[in-house]
Amino acid sequence: MRRFAYDFERALVELEEKLDDLKKSPSVQNPEIAEEIAYLESQIEKLREKTYANLTPWQKVRIARHPDRPRTLDYVEHIFHDYLDLHGDRLYSDDPAIVGGFAFLDSQKVMIIGHQKGKNPKENVLRNFGMAHPEGYRKALRLMKLAEKFHLPLISFIDTPGAYPGIGAEERGQAGAIALNLFEMSALRTPIIVINIGEGGSGGALAIGVGDRIFMLENAYYSVITPEGCASILYNNASKAEEAAEALKLTAESLFELGLIDGIIPEPLGGAHRDPHFVSLKLKETLSSTIKELVNIPLEHLVEERYQRLRKIGFYREE
Amino acid sequence: MEKEVQLEKDKNNTKSESEEIWFRCSACQELIYRKDFEKNFKVCPKCDHHFRLGALDRISFLIDEGTFEETDAGLRSVDFLGFKGAKTYLVSLKQAEEKTKLKEAVITGIGKIGGKPVAFGVLDFDFIGGSMGSVVGEKITRLVERAIENNLPLVIVSASGGARMQEGVISLMQMAKTSAAIKRFSQGNKPFISILANPTSGGVTASFASLGDIILAEPGAFIGFAGPRVIEQTIKQKLPKGFQTAEFMREHGMVDKVVHRKELKKTIIQLLTFLTEK
Repeated sequence: MRRFAYDFERALVELEEKLDDLKKSPSVQNPEIAEEIAYLESQIEKLREKTYANLTPWQKVRIARHPDRPRTLDYVEHIFHDYLDLHGDRLYSDDPAIVGGFAFLDSQKVMIIGHQKGKNPKENVLRNFGMAHPEGYRKALRLMKLAEKFHLPLISFIDTPGAYPGIGAEERGQAGAIALNLFEMSALRTPIIVINIGEGGSGGALAIGVGDRIFMLENAYYSVITPEGCASILYNNASKAEEAAEALKLTAESLFELGLIDGIIPEPLGGAHRDPHFVSLKLKETLSSTIKELVNIPLEHLVEERYQRLRKIGFYREE
Repeated sequence: MEKEVQLEKDKNNTKSESEEIWFRCSACQELIYRKDFEKNFKVCPKCDHHFRLGALDRISFLIDEGTFEETDAGLRSVDFLGFKGAKTYLVSLKQAEEKTKLKEAVITGIGKIGGKPVAFGVLDFDFIGGSMGSVVGEKITRLVERAIENNLPLVIVSASGGARMQEGVISLMQMAKTSAAIKRFSQGNKPFISILANPTSGGVTASFASLGDIILAEPGAFIGFAGPRVIEQTIKQKLPKGFQTAEFMREHGMVDKVVHRKELKKTIIQLLTFLTEK
């Protein structure tokens, strides 16, 4: 089966496919074949380094959108146990673009919320590509309130191209739903850890993204607007997305430099989908140590520090 | 966000800049006598079309004469990302200053409405689409904090395309910053009256503007989260007539009242009286 590949990684993926074929060949024990396999492996190693070591912001955006990239529920499965999913906003419906529920991180009880993209085209239609409607944000808020009530640290996974722009979303108050989450999260009386695992698409991402500690995976991005949207406005040309991605300073590295996130979780060369277990392990280490740190901070201080964290965001001068 | 330039290009609804004695209403095409128009709060006397209002006009229409004291007037935007667009951020800022004679997209201060002191803020759409970057976010937040400190009601008139792209993700975070400030304000006992003027969309609608105890809107104002072009491109169909207007939002339960501009000050006074006096 041919694997999905972007243009910039096409040569590498083709070599990898060739290697897979060779390894499956019945004459794999043949010394000549074995030699070729060894040679290919060394070539692949070099090419992998060359392809992925210095990704541009736009290439990172594309890796963040890779169809095989692990989703929220993949991490839930790898990192937590006894996940109990909860549904519905108690007002209108259950939005499959946002998932959530109780779980254990080792012996620590937590509440999880997160955007959920599909793993295949069919599931993507069900999940609306991770683009939530107001009822999704209201479900998330309901789970946040449960976390507060039952003293559960909240772990939020961000992975969305943006809040869904549609008729029903506007009719049911998309803007108000996002605003209310920002309002409530800023003072929620329980620790909040936010992990951007892929796409941090504007207000739709931020709506579950206010927290005490915020991390991004190495190839995740966080932006006020999609590079394509920015390009079509600022350059009148959506194909200038590459330039826009550069200008928007949307990579994990840029966000760290801007002081907006607390750390970057490493991914294997080429992206998280190439080794989900490795990323899950790193993520779990970060979550475990961060929760231990946060649960020891008195709630009053925690909420005050969260406010001050937001309060100081901005660059300006005063005349 | 995406909608701002779309709206910026919508020249049908610009302020009528020229100083001709007569001009044609962009909505009903009738000839309008400018003096009548000015007296009518820049609403077409023939068809009630509410023309977009600059921040200074808004202050003179709502705040008692001579009572407004501007705060944080010295805050200035900086191009901390070195943003490279078709034009640089600094050029956009300079052009906006020349066009509006303002220094930023928001004016904040303390003034009186019907004799009642309020913390007041107003956005100006003609300044880079009324977009919220660091300065708008900071001025709104300081205004809210000043209202908390002085136990004042808060009145903010919004007109904005959303977040300011040229400040990247920092502008997005102003949504969280201003909303957090409103959360603190809401723990007191003074009202926040949020007024949505034409247009209010994107990151401003999705933050402080939607968090009023009372939300008022001007007739015909565009109000929404996503811009119409983005929605059309996403759902691949035409939008129904009247979609994302103030009236549509009222019908769907998102605003308390749609108030004619000439009734706006009276309505605010009524609310302030009801909500702040024993």
